[in-house]
Amino acid sequence: MRKFVRGNEAVMIGAVYAGVDAYFGYPITPASEIAHTASEYLPCLGKEFLQAECETGSANMMFGAASAGKKVMSASSGPGMSLMQEGLSYLAGAQLPAVVVDIMRAGPGLGNIWPEQGDYNQAVKGGGHGNYKNIVLAPASVQEMCDLTILAFELSFKYRNPAIILADGVLGQMMESIVIPEKVSDLPETDDWSVKGNLNTKNNLICSIYMDVEGQERHNILLNKKYEEMEREAKSESYLTDDADIILTGYGTSARIARSAVDILREKGIKAGLFRPITLSPFPTEKLNACSSGKKIIVTEMSNGQYRDDVILHLENKESVTLVNRMGGNLPKVSALVEAAEKATEGKA
Amino acid sequence: MIKRSTGLYENFTRKEGTATRATHYCAGCGHGIITKLIGEAMAELDMQNDSVFVGPVGCATFCYYYFDCGHISAPHGRASAVATGISRVLPDKPIIAYQGDGDLGAIGFNNAFQAANRGDNFALFFVNNALYAMTGGQMAPTTLPGQRTTTTPFGRDIVKTGYPLKVCEVFETLEAPVFIERVSVADTKRIMQAKKAIKKALKIQKEKKGFAFVEILSPCPNNMRDDPVKAAEAFTEIMEKTYPLGNFRDRSEKPAPTPESVPRRTERELTGGGREGITTKNDPSFRERKFKFSGFGGQGILSLGLVVAEAAVSEGRYVSWMPSYGPEQRGGSASCSVIVGGKEIGSPTIDDPDVLVAMNQPSLERFASSVKEGGVILFESSIRSDIGFPAGVKAIPFPASSIANENGVPKAGNTAFLGAMAGMGLLPFKEKDITDALAESLSARPQLIEPNMKVFEAAKKWVSDKEHSI
Repeated sequence: MRKFVRGNEAVMIGAVYAGVDAYFGYPITPASEIAHTASEYLPCLGKEFLQAECETGSANMMFGAASAGKKVMSASSGPGMSLMQEGLSYLAGAQLPAVVVDIMRAGPGLGNIWPEQGDYNQAVKGGGHGNYKNIVLAPASVQEMCDLTILAFELSFKYRNPAIILADGVLGQMMESIVIPEKVSDLPETDDWSVKGNLNTKNNLICSIYMDVEGQERHNILLNKKYEEMEREAKSESYLTDDADIILTGYGTSARIARSAVDILREKGIKAGLFRPITLSPFPTEKLNACSSGKKIIVTEMSNGQYRDDVILHLENKESVTLVNRMGGNLPKVSALVEAAEKATEGKA
Repeated sequence: MIKRSTGLYENFTRKEGTATRATHYCAGCGHGIITKLIGEAMAELDMQNDSVFVGPVGCATFCYYYFDCGHISAPHGRASAVATGISRVLPDKPIIAYQGDGDLGAIGFNNAFQAANRGDNFALFFVNNALYAMTGGQMAPTTLPGQRTTTTPFGRDIVKTGYPLKVCEVFETLEAPVFIERVSVADTKRIMQAKKAIKKALKIQKEKKGFAFVEILSPCPNNMRDDPVKAAEAFTEIMEKTYPLGNFRDRSEKPAPTPESVPRRTERELTGGGREGITTKNDPSFRERKFKFSGFGGQGILSLGLVVAEAAVSEGRYVSWMPSYGPEQRGGSASCSVIVGGKEIGSPTIDDPDVLVAMNQPSLERFASSVKEGGVILFESSIRSDIGFPAGVKAIPFPASSIANENGVPKAGNTAFLGAMAGMGLLPFKEKDITDALAESLSARPQLIEPNMKVFEAAKKWVSDKEHSI
């Protein structure tokens, strides 16, 4: 079954095939179509959709419903994501699964409704208070808006940790054709840690408070061990990198732009390749280094170098990185990437 | 130490230290009494095995030490939002939330208020001791005028800090709550009444009748810097002047309201509408084409792009469609970018279109210079075209609005452009796929299909008459 759909709609197609139980959210451009679709799909499936009074409310409603072991989600954009950070910290602290979709827009502050990638640090580095990490997935197509939503639920339950789909206004608003999943996933419900108002779960406690310092440190060490285990879930795509002299890298919409640039560079006889992280947390460090060792690297992003800083952090060879970025709702131009790559490989082509 | 009620754990093993049969509350504190009353009522209603208790942040954070049921410890102020969340996915289970006056009255007021307004299915116990106890006796929204706290050292000045917040009275303005009562635990008589109200609120939960709210005036002798008995006496006298006790509402005899039913569908039915048998195929011989459609919002720009995109999907091409979104959709200009390719599409936005369709002057001015050498600009002929077109680009004025008008569908200018593009060979698809996509785009208004087909044909005829094939 193929369907030509908007990215925001594809998120909810993925969510219902992941077996989502409840959606709590507040509308915001350019993420609103996710709520529109959820408000139709979920009641028709006998599931719960509730328009919350604010994103602080959404996040805490997720906290409540996730406590019962249910598959919960929300979606928002910059200003709403900021309001959700309290809840995300508590979800991570209490080790509860939840999926949040961030359709990034320009910021800081009210900014505007056009696409940007300025929430990278907020999503990847934590965002709320305390020692924690989100799982962060970065779709680059409408198909991945669907597929990575399903993966987000799987990983979120596997590690009992919040997962963020970090997309942007382009991916939310654009349409492409997708293959609709065959069947609804059958993630089993668990009584091990959830609180369901029954005898099996009566002695369970969902909390993020550890009054003694030793207990709190033990909890932090346990969480960090979990984050280390999550490293094995790192995913990326390498396009024409094997024989490449220069590597372009970006995630999401930026990666799509970089892919166009790679094709043009190849036509011009310049051996360019694309490295695209699919998971931003965990970061695909090994694959990045494997494909870029000894090569020049051009980073592209719709933000102020937040992703570039992480690329440098994870690279063994830190000297060769150039940034081509735009902000405010502008997108990097394919031609700007082509020029930067030509400049970097002068004499090599 | 309080007398055991079976709604509480035998030993408070989650509590640190050795005194696991005593609560952590201070002598004379109302929380200890309230804990006992809720525990008793839960036991009497035999609710412990089914209930989920949502605790606050404040002195009662540790209520999970005591109640013999499943527990969630909520973020500060958010117990109501958390209770809303779990009540929505466990609609048959009694949910109990407990909040203090900083938690509910200040930081989380909106969450509690909105939950009350929705009539969410939980019992909410609100403990009002007129100050923030756990953090050291600071002012609360409920602090009395002139009352000295650690942040109102000269007494609460109502001019600068507002009046005591009367939550029962505020909630009483709402339609949805089933039960609202204010009680006190200052003396035996009041404790008996408090127990009744608490039990009623829990019974409403057991019967799933909706939102039940009990405000409990509760002394905090520690922060009142007084001995417990004197504190309770003074507290009763002063507090009840501002916060009169009594029942505000009891609609528990009425049946619970039932929500409107919605049609039930399967996942397949909901997400369907997809088409069988279409596979996207790699075809390196197919040259990628970039189309930019632009004009005023309301001219059908986005749907014109969508028809082209859907036709391309039918042919197994890779296709992306990207709109300008947001306020631009209304009134101002609208544009969308459609890319059709024989392999995975890179950037879904277009810097240099192969084909530009401009239905108004501003769009023509904005996008004409970006068109690729060898490309085509197709623009509404009734607009001014004395702008310079880039070299090597074919600019064709096209009378879309007159063709649409002549065929009786003035709004079908977009369809005229579709016909012109088809006639000029700008759309590398079978004509049937284009007209099928056009008909599909009008499926909500089938009476428009035939007139639009006429416009499509008329536009094609205009092209063949003028020999505008590209």
